[in-house]
Amino acid sequence: MTTMTMAKALNEGLRRALESDKHVLMLGEDIGKLGGVFRITDGLQKDFGEDRVIDAPLAESAIVGTSIGLAMRGYRTVVEIQFDGFVYPAFDQIVSQAAKLHKRSEGAYTMGLVIRLPFQGGIGAIEHHSESPEAYFVHTAGLRVVACSTPNDAYWMIQQAVAHDDPVIFCEPKSRYWERGEVDLDNPPAGLFDAVVRRPGTDLTVVAYGSMVKTALSAAEVAAQEGRELEVIDLRGLSPMDLDTVAASVERTGRLLVVQEAPPIASVGSEVVAAIQERCFYSLRAPATRVSAFHVPYPASKIEDEFRPSVDRVLWAIDNLMEHDS
Amino acid sequence: MGGEELVRLLTPEGERVEHEDYESSLSRDEILGFYRDMVIVRRLCNEATSLQRQGELALWAPLQGQEAAQIGAGRALAPQDFVFPSYREHGVAWTRGVPPADMLRIFRATVTGGWDPNRYRYSLPTVVLGDQTLHAVGYAMGVQRDGADEAVMVFFGDGASSQGDVLESFVWAASFQAPVVFVLQNNQWAISEPTSLQTRIPLYHRSAGFGFPGVRVDGNDVLAMYEVTRRALERARAGEGPTLIEAYTYRMGAHTTSDDPTRYRVEADVEVWRHRDPVERVKALLARSHRVRAARFAEIAEEADALALVLREEVLAMDAPPPTAMFDDVYAEPHAWVEEGRRTLSAFLAEVAS
Repeated sequence: MTTMTMAKALNEGLRRALESDKHVLMLGEDIGKLGGVFRITDGLQKDFGEDRVIDAPLAESAIVGTSIGLAMRGYRTVVEIQFDGFVYPAFDQIVSQAAKLHKRSEGAYTMGLVIRLPFQGGIGAIEHHSESPEAYFVHTAGLRVVACSTPNDAYWMIQQAVAHDDPVIFCEPKSRYWERGEVDLDNPPAGLFDAVVRRPGTDLTVVAYGSMVKTALSAAEVAAQEGRELEVIDLRGLSPMDLDTVAASVERTGRLLVVQEAPPIASVGSEVVAAIQERCFYSLRAPATRVSAFHVPYPASKIEDEFRPSVDRVLWAIDNLMEHDS
Repeated sequence: MGGEELVRLLTPEGERVEHEDYESSLSRDEILGFYRDMVIVRRLCNEATSLQRQGELALWAPLQGQEAAQIGAGRALAPQDFVFPSYREHGVAWTRGVPPADMLRIFRATVTGGWDPNRYRYSLPTVVLGDQTLHAVGYAMGVQRDGADEAVMVFFGDGASSQGDVLESFVWAASFQAPVVFVLQNNQWAISEPTSLQTRIPLYHRSAGFGFPGVRVDGNDVLAMYEVTRRALERARAGEGPTLIEAYTYRMGAHTTSDDPTRYRVEADVEVWRHRDPVERVKALLARSHRVRAARFAEIAEEADALALVLREEVLAMDAPPPTAMFDDVYAEPHAWVEEGRRTLSAFLAEVAS
C-alpha cells in the first residue's frame, strides 16, 4: 500500500501499461514535455520516447482516427482528450468507426483503443471544460465506458482498459485528480466493469460514479448521524453496467437513488433507474429516483455548485425518498 | 482536359506519348493484363447494376469510367502494402484478390463489411466520407514504428476532399511524414454537386499547402496511373513521406443506383468523356502497337461474361443471415447488454415459431 493522488495513480498506471506491452502508445495534445494539462502523462515521453508518447497536432478527430488506424495495425493507443467538451470533433470517428469496426470486419479488426476523458466539473473552469458526455457513449453499441473514482481504481482500471480488446471510453473525474488515497500496487480491486460497494447499509441504495462517489459517501456519513444507513455503490462500469450488484442491494434496501453530475434526461441514471424498476419492482418501497444536474448547458462556473449535486441536495432527495413507505 | 500539368502517357485515341518525368516500363503482356482487369471489372460492375435493377441488391455504386484510375493504382501496389478504400473502388478490390461476390455482400445487405481486410491487405468500405483517410495515416504511423517496408494507399473523392477529416489527415501525414499515398479520384461529381463547388483550385494543388507533393494524372490513362502511383508508393516506402495523386476522371454512370444524373448534368458532357474511355484507349494501343488480335479481345470478353455469370449465381445464393447474427462480433469480448438482446430476440422468435 502506498498513498498518492489520482493524477499520480493514473500516471503510474500508464507507466505500467507502457512497460508491459511495447505496442502501447499514447497520443494527445501537450502530453509530451508538458505532461498534459493535468500532468497525467508527466515524464512518460522522457522515459518512453517521442515515438510512443506522441504530441498530437490539435485535431481531435485525427487523434481518434489515427488511433483507429494504429489499432488496425495492432497497436493499443491511449488517447488523451484534453477536456470533455473537446471530444465532440471526434464524435464521428468514435461512434461510426471505433464502435463499429469490430462488427464491420466480422472480428478481423481489434479496436485496442482507450480514450481518456477528463470529465465532470467542479474546478471553476470556463465553458466546455466541465461536461459529462458519458451517456452519448454508453448509448453506442460497440463502445465500453468506465469511470474511476479513487486513486486505487485509477491505477488499476487504466491498466485493465489498455489490456482490453474493445474501445474503452475512460472517464476521469478531474475534480478528484488531486485527492489522495491508498493504492495497492499488487492486487487489482475488481474487474474493469464491476460495481463496488463502497459503504454497506440497509436503508437505501445510493448509486454513483466518478466525482459523485465521494459526494454520496459524504451524504451517507451525515445520514448515519441521523440514523439512516445508506449503502453506497460505485458503479465504475457504465457500459456494461454491473446491475446485478445494484439489484442485489436494492432487493435488500428497497430504495434506490442515483447521483450523477450529468443532466438527467436519457442519462446513465435513467438507465439504472429503468433497469432496476424492471428487475426489482416488487422490492421497491419508494420510486427509484435520480439526483442529477439540470437540463441546461453547463452553467458559468460561479454557479456550478448549484448545478452539480451537492451533499445537501443528495440528503434532501433522501429525505423525500424516506418519506415513502409502501 | 485537366490542364497542362496532367500526366498522360496514353492519349484517348490510344497513342503513346512521352512525359518528361514519367515513362512507361510496362510490357505488352502487362498492358494486356491491365486491359483484362478493366474489362472484367466493368463487366462485373454492369452485372451488379443489373442485379440491383432486378431487386437482388439494395444498392450499387458503379465504377464505370474510373477503371483505369483503379486498376492502375491497384496494380502498382506491392503485396505487403495496405489499402483503405472509400466505397466505389471495386477495381482496386479486384487487384487485391477480394472475391467479387464478397464485394457485393454489403450491397446485398447481408453484412456491413464483406471480407477479412487483413487477408487481402485491403480494408472495408467506408461510407462516412473521408473517415478512412485518418485510419490510413494512423496505420502508416504503425508501419513507421514497425520499420516495415510497406506503404499505405487511401482512396477518396472530390466530394470527400471538403471533409475536415481529409484535411486533418493531410496535416498529420505531413507532420509525421507518414508512408501514405492519397489517391483522390476526381470524377467531377459528388452526387449532383460539381467539383467547382468543392474547390476553387485544382485539387492536387492542395497538398502544397500542407507541405507534400501533389500530382494530377489522366485518371483514364492506366499507364500513367500505374507509373505515378508506383513512384509515390516507392517514395513512401523509402521514408520520403506522403503524396497526393489526383486522378482526373469522370463518373460515367450514376452516383449509385438510387441517383438520377439526368437531373443535374448534360448529356453532351458525358459524350465528351465517352470519347476518353479508359478501356477503349488501351484496346486501341494493344491492337495497333502490340498487334493483339481480335480473337484475344473476344476471349477476354467471354471470360468476363463467364465471371459475371458466376457472380450472379453467387449473389443469388447469398441468403440473409439468421436474425441473431446482429449480436455477433459487436464486441471482442462478451457484453451483457448484447447478450441480453440475443436472449430476448431468441425467446421471441422461438415463441412466435411455436
